[in-house]
Amino acid sequence: MSLQELVNNLRSFLPPEAVLYETEDLRPYECDGLSAYRQLPLVVVLPRTEEQIVKILKLCYATQTPVVARGAGTGLSGGALPHAQGVLLSLAKLNQIIAIDPLARMAQVQPGVRNLAISEAVAAYGLYYAPDPSSQIACSIGGNVAENSGGVHCLKYGLTVHNILKLRVLTIEGECLEIGGESLDSAGYDLLALMTGSEGMLGIVTEVTVKLIPVPEKAQLVMAAFDDVHKAGNAVANVIGAGIIPAGMEMMDKITIHAVEEFLHAGYDLDAAAILLCESDGSAEEVADEIERIYAIMQQSGATKISTSQNEAERLRFWAGRKAAFPAAGRVSPDYYCMDGTIPRKHLADVLDGIEKLSQEYGLRCMNVFHAGDGNLHPLILYDANQPGELERTEEFGGKILEMCIHAGGTITGEHGVGMEKINQMCTQFRTGELEMFHAVKAAFDPAGLLNPGKAVPTLHRCAELGAMHVHRGEEKFVELPRF
Amino acid sequence: MQAIIDQYKATIRAAAEQKTPLQIRGGGTKDFYGNSVVAQSNTLLDATAYSGIIDYEPTELVITARAGTRLADLEAALNQKGQMLAFEPPHFGAAATLGGCIAAGLSGPRRAAAGSVRDFVLGVRLLNGKGEALSFGGQVMKNVAGYDVSRLMVGAMGTLGMLLEVSLKVLPKPSAEITLLMQMDEAAAIEKMNQWAGKPLPISATCFRSGELFLRLSGAESAVRAAHVKLGGEELSEGEIFWKSIREQTHGFFQSADSLWRLSINPATPPLTLPGEQLIEWNGGLRWLLGDEKLDVVTIRKTAKDAGGHATLFRSNEPGISVFHPLDPGMMRIHCALKEKFDSFGILNPGRLYPEM
Ligand SMILES: Cc1cc2nc3c(=O)[nH]c(=O)nc-3n(C[C@H](O)[C@H](O)[C@H](O)COP(=O)(O)OP(=O)(O)OC[C@H]3O[C@@H](n4cnc5c(N)ncnc54)[C@H](O)[C@@H]3O)c2cc1C
Repeated sequence: MSLQELVNNLRSFLPPEAVLYETEDLRPYECDGLSAYRQLPLVVVLPRTEEQIVKILKLCYATQTPVVARGAGTGLSGGALPHAQGVLLSLAKLNQIIAIDPLARMAQVQPGVRNLAISEAVAAYGLYYAPDPSSQIACSIGGNVAENSGGVHCLKYGLTVHNILKLRVLTIEGECLEIGGESLDSAGYDLLALMTGSEGMLGIVTEVTVKLIPVPEKAQLVMAAFDDVHKAGNAVANVIGAGIIPAGMEMMDKITIHAVEEFLHAGYDLDAAAILLCESDGSAEEVADEIERIYAIMQQSGATKISTSQNEAERLRFWAGRKAAFPAAGRVSPDYYCMDGTIPRKHLADVLDGIEKLSQEYGLRCMNVFHAGDGNLHPLILYDANQPGELERTEEFGGKILEMCIHAGGTITGEHGVGMEKINQMCTQFRTGELEMFHAVKAAFDPAGLLNPGKAVPTLHRCAELGAMHVHRGEEKFVELPRF
Repeated sequence: MQAIIDQYKATIRAAAEQKTPLQIRGGGTKDFYGNSVVAQSNTLLDATAYSGIIDYEPTELVITARAGTRLADLEAALNQKGQMLAFEPPHFGAAATLGGCIAAGLSGPRRAAAGSVRDFVLGVRLLNGKGEALSFGGQVMKNVAGYDVSRLMVGAMGTLGMLLEVSLKVLPKPSAEITLLMQMDEAAAIEKMNQWAGKPLPISATCFRSGELFLRLSGAESAVRAAHVKLGGEELSEGEIFWKSIREQTHGFFQSADSLWRLSINPATPPLTLPGEQLIEWNGGLRWLLGDEKLDVVTIRKTAKDAGGHATLFRSNEPGISVFHPLDPGMMRIHCALKEKFDSFGILNPGRLYPEM
């Protein structure tokens, strides 16, 4: 089908402003939060109803046109990167909160609703939606489901998969599946878990029922500075070993501390090699008990300076630095590249040492922020895209970090997804058998491979070639991927 | 240990070649659960041989064990370090294994507060229907590389693969735990349980039966005491024994000879007007129903569906009724497609979940 025919077909049931195809109109959709990868789609569609999406999918299925879903486009792995011959399906206009049931503690929302908008809408009932990615003012709940997004509180409150109850999903054929329920479990296979984190590869999420939990009575934060990263790592293990599950436990390294302190003046100790932020929340009694124990553990673990937030303003000020790590990176460097490996916590210090070595080898600085409680590392590699070759060196450096995470018994992505970005590292993390099973799962939902082709799971062919030509990895990156 | 895996592989391959179904069995304590797999020709695949804890580091909050490990042994190891399986799996007998626990996907009283079996699964190693050993997920808390095949195994009743090893997130045991008892009617209890679940209170389990509401509070001693003052109620001295009787279904309610239905529904659903005795857990989200002959399947299933959930015939004395809630055609198609991908020859526990697969 020609572009004109496709557009005409789409316009037969969508208003003209909901079908974009002129280059200047397509431009805002050419990338997600990972702007190093750009591609214009054939067409962008902006439906407002599930019915319209059904028609779009039926048309795409009939014409074998690839479909890439897009929420808010804040993804960091190129998951919503358009397909050159495909339709980019934006869910942004489906942004209504359909129903809130405060007694049963759930909210039914459309996929384009922003993460934070849910918590804001239910705040009056003393409830909130727990997963809080740093991008929560912008990212959509549909995108959160597709990436299984986390946040700084997920050690205690879980990821997206732990906080959703039900999904409405459209298959590529336009058939509606109701997955999960208002109950705490459902009949048959756990397709709710399978859909979560599936990166728009299995179906289009058109409705999400999320679980709401009570806003804690109180939250308090201990900030501890260490003169040695190993000591900070041990402190994390000691807190957990003492039977405490903190609401949040974050670590920053020296270069991060300096970058954010310069920017924000949060009161961080500039002599520290690492700073730990450890939050307790719950009833006033629970928090008082936990904070006292955390303080003692930090002391025993050799912290050089410990402060406990005395009021809400101070707690937020301590957090502000951690939350501003990305913008701070943007201030100290023209560009930065955010990685997302997860490792067993015990290997933290070794992996940080390894990153430091690579940093020197590649001549690129790297800031480390870290969801220390659950072992999720976010190294931010600082670079300048205008320097020839620097982006390529950065990507290679990043790839090495991910491989190090795999060798430490971890994974290449804790919460940002594989998307387009980490497709090559999938070949290192998984063997042929597992990759074949992933393709089989995809085929159970989408045998023609029309949903988000080329993302998340590499073809075996690609992995074989990659194995044969390790050094030329950079060059191969932009080659159009065969579909499966 | 590799020799055991090789034996399993050989058994599966032989079954695949001859297209003869296998019945995977752990401790066999949940034989009563699921559709009966009638065929006499089924070969029994004994999953208990591959057992033992592989790795347990309390400060990582992760335990990895072979599927044949007895739940009791697993929980004893955790207990030694002051940790627990937070989903409180029912054992239904001393022989219960980790593999059976994951495959049956059943969670106990703490589920509404702490999460379910699948919430704590981090990774699995399994044999698919061709006898290929595959690993999914891992031993870390956050992992979105590839589809979440590990959690897909939970509740699949062994129809997608034979579990070899499982990694689970574990949690510290609360330092204090008390049980409160209050008298009230069913409607009030359902409303109260839901209201309290929306407040920052350390309630870790709820159970309502014949005008009595049992609440368990867990956490720091001071927090539990403060919550008791807020909530009122009489403190029960034998709380632990009571919750064990609910978890293991040794409580008098479960000793009936009648069929036992499990309705998992929207927790705020007002009292169900079905004939038969009921016991309520999970803030109202789980309603156990003892069925006499007046109960018909269609009404029960419709009631559960209208309440946003599903009904399982947990224990039955009437053959011929599908144990698990029927699926819509679209969902059944996906289920059959997945089954076909993991078990192309249809030899792993066929029919145990649904007759079609
Ligand atoms: C500054 C910044 C901070 C961030 N911090 C965090 C963080 O703390 N934790 C974290 O986990 N992530 C974080 N992210 C990453 C990102 O915000 C999340 O991955 C988020 O869930 C993406 O949501 P989105 O709506 O922007 O999705 P998009 O980027 O539009 O899409 C992401 C993927 O989801 C698919 N998709 C989107 N909507 C649907 C749908 N309705 N149905 C099916 N598939 C769909 C797309 O095809 C794509 O594969 C951060 C990003 C930025 C820019």
